[in-house]
Amino acid sequence: MSRFTLGQELPPHTFHINRALLVAYANASGDQNPIHQDEAFAQSVGLPDVIAHGMLTMALASKYLADQAGGSSAVKEFSVRFTKPVVVPADTEVELIVSGKVSEITEAGDAKIDITAICADTKVLGMAKAIVTNA
Amino acid sequence: MLNPDLVGRTFPGATSTTVSQESITAFAAVIGESDTSVATPTYAITITLEQSQKLLQESGLDWTRVVHGEQRFEIKRPIVAGDNLRCDSTIESARVMAGNEIVTVRGDLFNGSELVVSTWSTLVVRA
Repeated sequence: MSRFTLGQELPPHTFHINRALLVAYANASGDQNPIHQDEAFAQSVGLPDVIAHGMLTMALASKYLADQAGGSSAVKEFSVRFTKPVVVPADTEVELIVSGKVSEITEAGDAKIDITAICADTKVLGMAKAIVTNA
Repeated sequence: MLNPDLVGRTFPGATSTTVSQESITAFAAVIGESDTSVATPTYAITITLEQSQKLLQESGLDWTRVVHGEQRFEIKRPIVAGDNLRCDSTIESARVMAGNEIVTVRGDLFNGSELVVSTWSTLVVRA
């Protein structure tokens, strides 16, 4: 029995992003760019406030894919464009809403999934596409 | 500006990284993944982006002006603890659009002779 069918809409999941998560991602990934931690620095380079690592947003979207597809091992390809920054003000939590739709079942039996990631009513990832196993 | 002669060139990784269970677990914890038997799908970036940064900085790119534009992963198999990964970096393209320089670097992670994960990072150097 296959997990995915063509055109299937995958249920949305909401991730919560705060400054502590940005610090945790910086430490786990090694990306200590101050635009992800230091307001004054972020503003000095023309950003409205601290922004999340694009790769944190992508990592959370990959967690969504893994949950839908039966685990990390199921994810074979994933690509995104970082179209808008996820702004993370101090002392608050922003919501990242991730959803997906099955766009193709390949001849090899995998599923292609289009991902939508929305923060503050804005799409923050463009052309977000994945290939996962369809077992 | 990046030297155009570098486009298409591959720079073999000089060192390799042994993946620890601790680093897989720490990365998984950030995104709420409880299964740490394999690395999560984007874990490879912790190795490849650092290599790309080193290569591009050595090639004269101003890293303080770099914004991550696009990212892609092709995962042959998940990374696991104990993998000893070497990253070969290839500058696939470099072009200028509206004054911004756009560079795509591929990182191929090898465990011995086995290709495990390929990543493509498109970086925008703001004018």
